[in-house]
Amino acid sequence: MPRMVSARKPENLVYTVKRLLAYMGRHRISLLLVALLVVISVTCNLLGTYMISPVIDSLVSGGGMAELVEGVAITAVIYAAGVLASLGYSQIMAASSQQIVYDIRKDLFSHMQTLPIRFFDMNQHGDVMSYYTNDVDTISDALNNSFTAVIKNGIQIIGTMTMLIIINWRLSLIVAFSYALMFFYVRFSASHSKKYYKKHQSSLGSLDGYIQEMTAGQKVIKVFNHEEENLKGFREKNEELRKMGTAAQSYASTMIPAVVSISFLTYTIVSIAGGFMVLFSLTSFGALASYLVFVRQATAPINQFTQQSNFLLSSLAGAERIFALIDKESENDEGKVTLEKTENSSWNWNDGGNRIPLRGDVRFNDVTFSYVRGHSVLTDVSLYAKPGQKIAFVGSTGAGKTTITNLINRFYDVDEGQIRFDGIDVRRIRKADLRHSLAMVLQDTHLFTGTIRENIRYGRLDASDDEVEKAAVTANADSFIRRLPEGYDTMVVSDGANLSSGQRQLIAIARAAVADPPVLILDEATSNIDTRTEDLIEKGMDRLMEGRTVFVIAHRLSTVRNADAILVLEGGRIIERGSHDDLIAQRGRYYDLYTGLFELS
Amino acid sequence: MKSLEKLFSLLGKYRKDVIIACILVVIETSFELIIPSMMADLIDNGVSAGDVHYMLVKGGQMAVCSLLALATGLAYARFAARAAYGWGAEIREMEYEKLQSYAFSNIDRFETSSLVTRMTGDITVMQNTINNGLRPLMRSPVMLLLGIIFSFSMNAELAFVFIILTPLLGIGLFLIVRHVAPMYSVLQTTVDSLNSVVEENLRAVRVVKAFVRDEFEEYKFDGVNTKLENTAIRTNRTAVLNLPFFQLIMYICVLALMFFGGSMVLEGSLQVGQLTGFLSYVMQVLNSMMMLSNVFLLLTRSLASAGRICDVLDEKVVMKERENPLRNVPSSSVEFRNVSFSYSSKAKEKTLEDISLSIAPGSVIGILGGTGSGKSSLVQLIDRLYDVDSGQVLVGGNDVRAYSLHTLRDAVGMVLQKNLLFSGTIRDNLRWGDSGASDEEMMEACDKAGAGEFIRRMPRGLDTDLGQGGVNVSGGQKQRLCIARALLKKPKILIFDDSTSAVDSATEKLIRDNLRKLEGVTKIFIAQRISTVIEADCIFILDNGHLAASGTHDELMKTSGIYREIYDSQMKGGTL
Repeated sequence: MPRMVSARKPENLVYTVKRLLAYMGRHRISLLLVALLVVISVTCNLLGTYMISPVIDSLVSGGGMAELVEGVAITAVIYAAGVLASLGYSQIMAASSQQIVYDIRKDLFSHMQTLPIRFFDMNQHGDVMSYYTNDVDTISDALNNSFTAVIKNGIQIIGTMTMLIIINWRLSLIVAFSYALMFFYVRFSASHSKKYYKKHQSSLGSLDGYIQEMTAGQKVIKVFNHEEENLKGFREKNEELRKMGTAAQSYASTMIPAVVSISFLTYTIVSIAGGFMVLFSLTSFGALASYLVFVRQATAPINQFTQQSNFLLSSLAGAERIFALIDKESENDEGKVTLEKTENSSWNWNDGGNRIPLRGDVRFNDVTFSYVRGHSVLTDVSLYAKPGQKIAFVGSTGAGKTTITNLINRFYDVDEGQIRFDGIDVRRIRKADLRHSLAMVLQDTHLFTGTIRENIRYGRLDASDDEVEKAAVTANADSFIRRLPEGYDTMVVSDGANLSSGQRQLIAIARAAVADPPVLILDEATSNIDTRTEDLIEKGMDRLMEGRTVFVIAHRLSTVRNADAILVLEGGRIIERGSHDDLIAQRGRYYDLYTGLFELS
Repeated sequence: MKSLEKLFSLLGKYRKDVIIACILVVIETSFELIIPSMMADLIDNGVSAGDVHYMLVKGGQMAVCSLLALATGLAYARFAARAAYGWGAEIREMEYEKLQSYAFSNIDRFETSSLVTRMTGDITVMQNTINNGLRPLMRSPVMLLLGIIFSFSMNAELAFVFIILTPLLGIGLFLIVRHVAPMYSVLQTTVDSLNSVVEENLRAVRVVKAFVRDEFEEYKFDGVNTKLENTAIRTNRTAVLNLPFFQLIMYICVLALMFFGGSMVLEGSLQVGQLTGFLSYVMQVLNSMMMLSNVFLLLTRSLASAGRICDVLDEKVVMKERENPLRNVPSSSVEFRNVSFSYSSKAKEKTLEDISLSIAPGSVIGILGGTGSGKSSLVQLIDRLYDVDSGQVLVGGNDVRAYSLHTLRDAVGMVLQKNLLFSGTIRDNLRWGDSGASDEEMMEACDKAGAGEFIRRMPRGLDTDLGQGGVNVSGGQKQRLCIARALLKKPKILIFDDSTSAVDSATEKLIRDNLRKLEGVTKIFIAQRISTVIEADCIFILDNGHLAASGTHDELMKTSGIYREIYDSQMKGGTL
């Protein structure tokens, strides 16, 4: 079927094929069997067709019914073997291809879990999703169809050519020339169509972007009576896409008729030439008849072979992208210090046999950090939080508040300086253990599909139902959860769309509470929460904070007031620090913020 | 299947192209079918009789037919592509147009991402159905029919082999397709659930990492991955059955022809060339059946997309304009008379219940209340973003439903809670308010909205590119631009739905003071902070969909418990 050929081709073909073969290698036996059965199936098909020639010849040269029956019987056996082989390989391949794709998806996802946060911050979700939706799909398609098709058609071409040469090598020169012509035409046509394909893709991308933005802003469009204007913009892009698409597809669709016609012309020439050969007794009548059937038969495999190899190439491009992701370096973790439970169920750091109790003392020494080399986000930040202390960060957007919290749990590593947790450099602590000793409540709470109970339990997977509910009580979430129709078993759908933002926040607090870590990182929610829910959240947070070291990105005055220390950040530096009263007395930036003279968001 | 019918009925002006394309396929196919019979003649009458002239004439005819087949094939490519892309563009436009006519409640029923898919990916699927399906769909019946006719005319007895085997093949393929069709929709659901696990993981990656839940996530993923693997294997195993089955029938056919044809050759009632020609018809006819079954598979796979597109097109637009609507809003007064409203008719409790209130032209109004108390719902009834269930909303003394939507919404400027800027420059965005606004007018509006100051500081001023979704400005700046955009509309009623939450309180006060000076314009502020509404002419307190109290700040401090509670909590805690 005429499909537009994508412009994608793997950059490093050999490497990609090797990697893909490694995956296929796990199903070596099945795939070898598939290849074998494909060969049998094709051979039987060719042999069966070949049988027509001797059978007819035997009739023409005066054979009787016995010869005919014998010939038909032999052909029947050959065909039967062919059908069984086809059944076998198609069934095995259907399973093997999905097993291979399963392995690839599994490795892709598992490896993605080990990638550093930087990867997720740098790549748009849509782009990452397309590994799963597009790239894995093309591999699956290729394995399902192209793999066997290329083998099959390859053998068919070779087999048919061999047969043709055996039956009549002179005529085969004509056929070979025509095959070559078709092959080059298809290659040429495919590479030529890329130009169209690219244009088509870019107008498709531009329309997609427009629809995406305007659909998201549909309500604003209504408020501003902007429908007409908006339709105008859409129509332009839609028309552009229509033109480009028509051009690209028209071109792509010329391939089949061209190939078919070349094959018919060949057929004609061979018929006449073959006729003359019969006249000059250079070949038998039966041989010509079966020869012509072969010539007809050969068209389809050539056409398919070229098309399928194009699909295969484009799916290899997808495979290459996937392997590039799997090859990406995992989050580095050379930490050796681990966390272990003592007999009286408190926790110790185990630093090579040296045991240090987990207390939650966090210190920054002259920390400098940048996301992009040369653009420092934090410069010479020093601070300490003794166990149980509450540290509040205040400052405008981009001042570096979130960055500080990103460094504590090592989402990112410092460029210079040091962060110590209970006196141990965080880089020496195994990441999993470090993160077990910290919990985060983020401003945009993310919940997972599942029940509310499961969502809270996300904080500690072995928590009992009782512990989950206790955590909810601590977070002030219990009462609202109980009032939901299904209580704790209420399903959370699409990131908690069925809950209010305040309720989601409460669940996120409960999730942190059930984890029960010594250190907490909180990013307070800002807007769209009414004062009552805010009150609930505040009390929940307060209870959660008791007895823990807390870093909080503060948006509310009450939080700041209760903090042991307030750090005012600007441009990645701490410009003021002290208690609320100290800072008010200083009449500096904090005073401005507090009195509303400065924008905070 | 109904959705497919509907979409095909929308071919419109491209119907002509489809018909021409179909005719071209039929002609092309006929040429292809004539060629083998010419070849049979060439061999039987030319070669066997040694008639060189006859051979050359037939050969010439075959060559001409091949070239004609090429010409029609190329022409087909043009028409089919034009039809497919034209049709796709047409449907997409219809969807988009329909979307423009949606009321808010219609929009609420779809997720943005799903609307986008319905206008992009799903359309591509439909186009591919035409691109890949039309040719075999037309070819197959023609091949089948002509193949049968030709073979009958060649040798009626042999043709009975067809008559028996073709229906057998048809039934078998049909059964496979029918069996596999529902499996595809199960497969699609499984794919969707795998994608949603990945998407969720991506979105919540910080949570996953913070709680060290990578293994748990892998376990979750493995669950859906295994399910997808099994479903895909089951589906594909059924779908690929059509290949060996097809081969089986085809081979039986060839064998039968060999045997019966051979016998006839022995009897002398059939010529060898005829038998060969016959065999190539067999291939053609059976191949065409196979193609036809592929087309049906293609169609079943596109059914889901067709259904999703039709959802958009068939969505009933709940908001209708009256005939001969009013085109002028006489004053800026607003009145609610016993208004009740809920988002869904199934909702147990009404979002707003029995609200009556009246707002004098030009006054400053504050609306307070908890989350879910119905504040946003209340103001969205004013410019008829939603329609009331019962009661009446009056603007300028007339029911809002009496105005044309355009007139009404032109008279009401609304800054939504989730407000958006669009890609383009600041100027492009401000023009949404007034397409003909001069730079001076724009800057004036910006100054009132507290945005002038930062725009002047930007090196490119009004020509600053905002990027998609207004990413190049801070939250507070974005809100101020949205306010300026609404001001440029010069509306009679201005509504601010918590639209200064990210603006610092000093600027907020400045904006409020500027707005106050807009004479004759009714200003309605929804707010969380009491400071925002403290100076209003009248404050309405909503509680759980009911109007709990109204009055000025001083009055409410005396009369409303809820108001005092909010006041106390804010003055005690305060907000940064």
